[in-house]
Amino acid sequence: MVLRRAGELAGTAGAVDEAEPPGGRGAVFRSLLFEQPQLARVRRDGYEDRSFARELNLFQVLTEIMGDREDGDLIADVFFATLRDGDAVRYRHAVFRDLDDPAVLDAVTRFTDLMAQVRAHLRQLREMRDRYQRQAWHLDAASRYCEAVRSLARDLAAARLRSEGLAALRDYLAAYASSAAFTALDTATRDCVSALGQVRYCTRIRGSRVDVIRYQGEADYSAEVLKTFERFQQDAPRDYLIRYRSRPGMNHITAQIVERVARLFPEEFAALAEHARGQAGFLDEGLRRADEELRFYLAYLDYARPLRQAGLSLCYPEVSATAKDVSATATFDLALASKLVAAGKPVITNDFHLAGPERILVVTGPNQGGKTTFARTFGQLHHLASIGCPVPGRAARLFLPDRIFTHFEREEDLARMTGKLEDDLLRIGEILQAATADSVIVLNETFASTTTHDAEFLGVRLLTRVIRLDALAVYVTFVDELASLGPPVVSMMSTVVPGRPAERTFKIVRKPADGLAYALALAEKHDLTYDRLRERLTGEAGEGGSR
Amino acid sequence: MKAHLLYPDRDFDFGAPLPPGHEDLVSDLELGIVLQAMADGDKFLHETCAKVLLAPVRDAEAIRYRQAILTDCIARPAVIRDIYALATAALTDRSHFWGLYGAHYQTPSSNLSGALSHLESYTARLRQLRKIADSHAGEFRSKGLATLFAVLQEQLDDEYFAEVAAHLKRLRFRDGVLISAELAADNTGVNFVLRAPSSTARYPWREWLRIDPRSSYGFTLAPRDDAGGRILEDLTGRGVNLVANAAAQSADHIAGYFTMLRAEAGFYVGCLNLHDQLTASESPVTFPDPAAPETGTFSCAGLRDAALALRSPDPVVGNDVTANGKTLVIITGANSGGKSTFLRSVGQAQLMMQCGLFTVAASYTADVATGVFTHFIRAEDASMTSGRLDDELRRMSVLAGRLGPHCLMLFNESFAGTNEREGSEIGYQVVRALLDARIRVLFVTHRYEFAERFRRQHAATTLFLRAERRPDGQRKFKLAVNDPLPTSFGEDLYYKLGGWLEENPGPGPRHALH
Repeated sequence: MVLRRAGELAGTAGAVDEAEPPGGRGAVFRSLLFEQPQLARVRRDGYEDRSFARELNLFQVLTEIMGDREDGDLIADVFFATLRDGDAVRYRHAVFRDLDDPAVLDAVTRFTDLMAQVRAHLRQLREMRDRYQRQAWHLDAASRYCEAVRSLARDLAAARLRSEGLAALRDYLAAYASSAAFTALDTATRDCVSALGQVRYCTRIRGSRVDVIRYQGEADYSAEVLKTFERFQQDAPRDYLIRYRSRPGMNHITAQIVERVARLFPEEFAALAEHARGQAGFLDEGLRRADEELRFYLAYLDYARPLRQAGLSLCYPEVSATAKDVSATATFDLALASKLVAAGKPVITNDFHLAGPERILVVTGPNQGGKTTFARTFGQLHHLASIGCPVPGRAARLFLPDRIFTHFEREEDLARMTGKLEDDLLRIGEILQAATADSVIVLNETFASTTTHDAEFLGVRLLTRVIRLDALAVYVTFVDELASLGPPVVSMMSTVVPGRPAERTFKIVRKPADGLAYALALAEKHDLTYDRLRERLTGEAGEGGSR
Repeated sequence: MKAHLLYPDRDFDFGAPLPPGHEDLVSDLELGIVLQAMADGDKFLHETCAKVLLAPVRDAEAIRYRQAILTDCIARPAVIRDIYALATAALTDRSHFWGLYGAHYQTPSSNLSGALSHLESYTARLRQLRKIADSHAGEFRSKGLATLFAVLQEQLDDEYFAEVAAHLKRLRFRDGVLISAELAADNTGVNFVLRAPSSTARYPWREWLRIDPRSSYGFTLAPRDDAGGRILEDLTGRGVNLVANAAAQSADHIAGYFTMLRAEAGFYVGCLNLHDQLTASESPVTFPDPAAPETGTFSCAGLRDAALALRSPDPVVGNDVTANGKTLVIITGANSGGKSTFLRSVGQAQLMMQCGLFTVAASYTADVATGVFTHFIRAEDASMTSGRLDDELRRMSVLAGRLGPHCLMLFNESFAGTNEREGSEIGYQVVRALLDARIRVLFVTHRYEFAERFRRQHAATTLFLRAERRPDGQRKFKLAVNDPLPTSFGEDLYYKLGGWLEENPGPGPRHALH
């Protein structure tokens, strides 16, 4: 993963502003991702630490979104360029909402597909050695480009758009499509394609001699042969055509042939050469940017589609950089859901809310009950909200943090207990130093690998510090006492199926920590509660009451 | 081009399967012997004749159409035999070539040259066919043959053979190939189509004098450019693809024509073979007169069992029966008196009439039937233990699924696997149902009660025949119109065995049981 300087992203946006707009003043390309180009500059300088993304499994999400697309870099850059301005977030939401309309989605998909073909063509040009082949391929690229421009201009003009971003693109396209430069390109391309499309020539092959001749209307010989023998036909004829899987391509023979065709049709090929020269750099920079940015939106939507088809909801959260009331309903871990849906398994969703003075969710309960997943979800939600994407859930209200900090326990390092505690303490210390009131902190099983006493001691101090910071946080722990440390702390627990304590529900609910409940249920299951055991051993009912 | 020798307006469908239950029919009516005579050792003829014989024609006009052709063939047998031999040869030539087309490993060029070998060979055979037509066109009066020869002369005229020869020559491409193409998006060639070379007599001097723009530019491959050679082969193949397809399909078409001609002519060859054998055994052979269905026609004179006529060294007895207006014929009488033989001869004659053949009779005329069905006693039924009736009834039920109006139903000692009373009752009910469905029935039976009931209640529409015995006990093998007798079939048997209850057993004639 390349760590980009945050300012670099804004640099390209700025360059467009200074370029001469093709349609004259008034037709400036406006970014689909950033409301104001300068906004991208409001970032902290320096390389950001992206380890939080690893622990929250956001890298997994990013990798899947990128797939094997060629434009992974842009997607990665946007993915990590978080926003703190609610308007900027809503700017992107609006574009997403427009893309929820299937007609708009189709139009945009068609446009990006065509542009991908154009880019592929331009790349392949570099490997073509024959001049005529290169010129023709360039013409074909231009032809697809014109088709992309025309079709998107037409589709956006006909659509009902509510986002400023797409509306601006529509206006830009309208101006561009009617500009003199594009009209000239379009006309020249069409004329050239049409002229070359009418070229018909013959190749006469006699031994090793090849003659290239103008086609003079000679008849299709196979038709003549069939006509002579059709009088004998009794049944439907069988097909003896050989199917070729690929075309002959350009080789030293076909190159010589096309060179002579060019001599037979000098005008058409001169026009082709002129097109290659005159329309060399036909790709509009604004549209190139638009295509790039649209692909970010499409990539995310492609990623979300199977989840939606499996019945999960994604929503556009209400966001704020100041109010710390946060909530979500029917939310889930995006990375995990993606895996489960692909395997056809069900996804359990959860709810949470923090209101008033509440800031920290302390999550306790049986192991493997979904606590870590829940903690990750909390972190993912805040990150995805701050890049303006739809988030998992039916409804959500989220904070826009300045940074997200994570500290996850690594189980396999339990062997290195003593040295590890030291590392952990140092890391926590750094986090507490760097975190502000506007940060979001996710702590998972911190201090799990120490003695209970130490864990309690350290945990209380850590949590007190976090409370003082007034930052939003999630703390997964087995230390029940932390769950009742004060008003800013909300206790949540992972739950088991009543009567079947071995079965997890993966549901996390608000309730006071009662770590013994699980153990008690387990004891009951094995007939080892006081009453039952006594009865088993002595045959008498115990004083503890009836069952 | 069609042969149309079996139907005036369409082909005979040799691909259709034989009708269900045909094995029983063939076995009951001893058609195997007839078919063997028709085939005369040729397996193809056997199959072909079986298909035609077992697909009775229901239109009297179509029957007469075939009779006319057969009459012509009998008068001049060599011609149809030559046509058959020619068509057979055209198809067996194929196994002698090297050069296939259509296998999965082939290229267009190899497809083309394989197809060409076939086309060249077929053309030679077509010329021979035309010569036959030329030699014999005026000799035939039947519409079928006259039309066939006319079509051959018209469609295979000299001009046509010249056209074919020109194609076969050109398709060898000794002067190279001319392939048209268009430009693909990357300026390589696409849409290759082979063109007939146009006349080169344009005006080359105009180009030399630079009056017209140059119309061709060329180049030659370097001598050892193998890769280039392969590329040219590939381009040639792509261009030749359509034409190779056309040539292969054309070869298929001609093969199809000869296949059809062979089968239709083959049928008549089979008829000729049968004719030869029957006349050699001095059996009378005449063309029957088909009548429309529901006219209630049935009349024959000297009708003989064809299988017997073919097999027996001695002359065979014929039957004279007139049953016009009678939908039911009940045949009773002495054992081995010719009852089954008569039944079989009717079944054979009906099928033979309805495939256009002659009948082994002095005369025969009958309604055209929709189909001919038999329910004959089986060897295992003859044991007459209980349970055999079950078998018989099951067989009858299967037949009932195939019967329809205007069919011909032949019963030979059916429902014998039970006592007299039950057998008669079953038989009565079955036959009445068939008669109500307008099916013509012939019934050979020993059941007096069954026959008597029809005599009492349906005399007007029933004909009773009886196998006769001469006063000396000899069979006549000829059926006479006579009411049924309640005679026991064991009488003859008793006498044969010496009549051991007689007080004075005379020199009881020993009857050779047939």
